[in-house]
Amino acid sequence: MVARIILPPRASKAEPFEVRLLIQHPMETGFRQDMMGTLIAKNVIHSLEVQLDGQTVFKSSLGTGIAANPSLQFWLKAEKSGTLKLLWTDDLGVQGFVEKALKLE
Amino acid sequence: MCFAIKFNYRAYLLIFRRAICLWAVCFCWICSALGVEADFQRVVPEQALRSGSTFISQDLRNLQERDDLNPATLWLAQGEALWRRELSASSPSCAACHGADNQGMRGVSTHYPQMNQNSGKLINLEGRINLCRTRHQHQDALPLESDEMLGISAYVASASKGMPMHVVVDEHNLEHFRKGRAIYYTRMGQVNLACTHCHEQNWGRKLQGETISQGHVNDYPAYRLEWQRMGSLHRRFRACLSGVRAYMFALGSEELLDLELFTSWRSSNERILIETPGVRR
Repeated sequence: MVARIILPPRASKAEPFEVRLLIQHPMETGFRQDMMGTLIAKNVIHSLEVQLDGQTVFKSSLGTGIAANPSLQFWLKAEKSGTLKLLWTDDLGVQGFVEKALKLE
Repeated sequence: MCFAIKFNYRAYLLIFRRAICLWAVCFCWICSALGVEADFQRVVPEQALRSGSTFISQDLRNLQERDDLNPATLWLAQGEALWRRELSASSPSCAACHGADNQGMRGVSTHYPQMNQNSGKLINLEGRINLCRTRHQHQDALPLESDEMLGISAYVASASKGMPMHVVVDEHNLEHFRKGRAIYYTRMGQVNLACTHCHEQNWGRKLQGETISQGHVNDYPAYRLEWQRMGSLHRRFRACLSGVRAYMFALGSEELLDLELFTSWRSSNERILIETPGVRR
């Protein structure tokens, strides 16, 4: 699984900036059937956490009703530069994370 | 001079023969010229050629054009990682030969599919990548439609973004071109439609709430919302074949390669620029 953290080209300490997350995930709803007519097990990202230098920024619970390869966005106001880390866990127990350096002016 | 005015039937016969020969040669030349002309005839006039992205909604175009929104970038990131991955000492990474990033591959994908000189077969970009992998990297060929294959082919093709396709038909690939053309114009399946009926004769009109495009191939591998993932051009061909309930040619089969050659030639025009990785419905 691959994910991207997309930061604005310029971010400052003074004001909040927008952070985008893009995660590669099928987000199976549990309602679809395969070619043989059996249900495909539900598999969605159920928990998501964003950390800045090990400190939790927020935790989020996700569910069905989100399209595959979810694109999420939030606003962040940070006081110092650091490493932004995104962690997620899906219903199959697969965990993933991605990191990106955050530079503030 | 008696012999000059004598009726020399041998000379007349010679002239007559030569005239027939000349006419025969002319006839053959005209026929072949007409035949070649028919091969390269466009149903959609050149001035009307439009990329598939002009038929989709503004939202979808935004999704394609903005790097921070385009979901295909997830596959591009995988392709980039694969490009740099050093597998072992005997198998160099793609970057070792072709440069640290894909800029050295700018313009490469515009020429595919093309004839491979060693095997004499028609290969597309995916085929070329797998040849490189088996011959120079000593690795197993990547399965078509795998995330790795889609990633690496999109990574290479996206280097040519903004360039027109440039597929040239010559005596080496003319046979494949004609076969591809024949598939394009042959009615198929229970619905009994050929590619031309939608994409050349009814483009711009509606089909189940969607606008029919001209069927250009300048955006593949592309992310399709219907698939919820990236897919190759051959998968797209198969989706159309399934739509008309025809026999679906296998991924990477000769038929689809021929069709890819014809459609790539059809999209080779400066009005249609490469948009890989595209986003489509």
